[in-house]
Amino acid sequence: MSIRGVASIAGIFEHPLRKAPDKSVAQLHAEVAAGALADAGLSMRDVDGYFCAGDAPGLGPLSMAEYLNMTPRFFNSTDTGGSSYLIHVISAAQAIAAGHCNVALITLAGRPRSEPPVGTGIRGAAQPDLQWEMPYRPAVANLYAMFAARHMYEFGTTSEQLAWVKVAASHHAQHNPHAMLRELVTVSDVLNSPMIATPLHRLDCCVVSDGGGALVLTRPELARSLGKPDIRLRGGGMAIKHQAGGNLDLTWSAAVQSGAAAFDEASVAPADIRYASIYDSFTITVLTQLEDLGFCAKGQGGRFVADGGLISGQGKLAVNTDGGGLCNNHPSNRGGMTKMIEAVRQLRGAAHPAVQVPDCHLALAQAMGGALSTRHASATLILERM
Amino acid sequence: MVDLPIMPSPEITPESELFWKAAADGRLSLSYCNACAKPHWYPRAICPFCNSTDTEWRAVSGRGKIYSCSLVSPAKNPYVIAFVSLEEGPVLLTNVFAGDLSAVAIGQNVKVAFAAGERDMTIPVFIVADT
Repeated sequence: MSIRGVASIAGIFEHPLRKAPDKSVAQLHAEVAAGALADAGLSMRDVDGYFCAGDAPGLGPLSMAEYLNMTPRFFNSTDTGGSSYLIHVISAAQAIAAGHCNVALITLAGRPRSEPPVGTGIRGAAQPDLQWEMPYRPAVANLYAMFAARHMYEFGTTSEQLAWVKVAASHHAQHNPHAMLRELVTVSDVLNSPMIATPLHRLDCCVVSDGGGALVLTRPELARSLGKPDIRLRGGGMAIKHQAGGNLDLTWSAAVQSGAAAFDEASVAPADIRYASIYDSFTITVLTQLEDLGFCAKGQGGRFVADGGLISGQGKLAVNTDGGGLCNNHPSNRGGMTKMIEAVRQLRGAAHPAVQVPDCHLALAQAMGGALSTRHASATLILERM
Repeated sequence: MVDLPIMPSPEITPESELFWKAAADGRLSLSYCNACAKPHWYPRAICPFCNSTDTEWRAVSGRGKIYSCSLVSPAKNPYVIAFVSLEEGPVLLTNVFAGDLSAVAIGQNVKVAFAAGERDMTIPVFIVADT
């Protein structure tokens, strides 16, 4: 069953806080849920499908359904880290098309800035990869750094080119009053920031922020009746990449497959995309996904992003016009939700005027969960303003 | 000689017990499949290539090449995390030690070494081959 055209994004909400020491995680989920429903012109009573991931407290949909006092007839808590929420949209669209729900609510929230998570997010000794990796301190930045190092070795990518991803994000973030980092930075600011794990500097890494976001997906005819622009799902794809029994290849991500599936379903090409939200946990994450989605050839990502290539209004492709995870927000250390939210703002013509892409009728949202080097899940959505 | 630090030790499982015993005896071993003849990483009882359960542990050369690496710089005790491509094929995640950590680079030859781990375990690591 294709999800093309079967559902529309009727409501979005990004929590304005970046630090929320006095709120519970469930409360943050409830606040973003209320925000997205208000944006859609719907209420909690209209929700009959609910989706959340590992950031939700307790038993996910079970705990949150009680907290929100709702009784959904379809729910799902797929957890692939930061890409979970795009996968929820695909799953929700399938549920809507199958008649299992009419109004699907997806929430994300967390407070890693106020309360750093204990440990590394590892699920315990039963996790089959754990004992083979844990002794070697596979912190998240280390695993992305090795992908970047190999990219540089294979393709001649430079630290200056990676830095341009952050520079573009800061250009956009200066217009976002909620962004955690609003100061413009230069390539040399990035290169002069402390080295975290070679070749990644501190400013190659995204922020750690509290907050969250939510999204409401409905039948298109319902979305149209609510008075907002109809932002329709046109294509979607998901894929997992791992170490393949020891056949490791750090030159591409699962965005190769998730992107191809989404473009195929949407019957459009990268050149048709007017705006792209590209998951930016680290600068290298953006670079490889741009290549893997086909916005440029493999190995040419450095050239694509350099010299303001991702800055709205001046570059080759407007990317992450909210400031992205690098400058705006990475709530609960999971960036997929905010990627979709900014894509919807662009399609509605509701992005900040300084970064709004003119006549933005086709947009892409791309997310990556897990770690680029070891195992990750990629998800791609193509969205269209009808 | 390169000084090796005391390494963090993992919780092990019945599936992996022989690997860690071999490491304690100074041998790096891989799980090989007798049906398709391939070694794999990380080790499992069921071959990830052909799903055969006819797998066995074999000691390997311990020689390899750095596929990728990163010098991680916490305030104290910097270390190199790396993927090492073993002579026998599989690529594994490890730490590489050398007199000068900043000189560790992709393409260098490395060989296995055995570091003491917490709780009297022995943890395989790698050192640059010409040091």
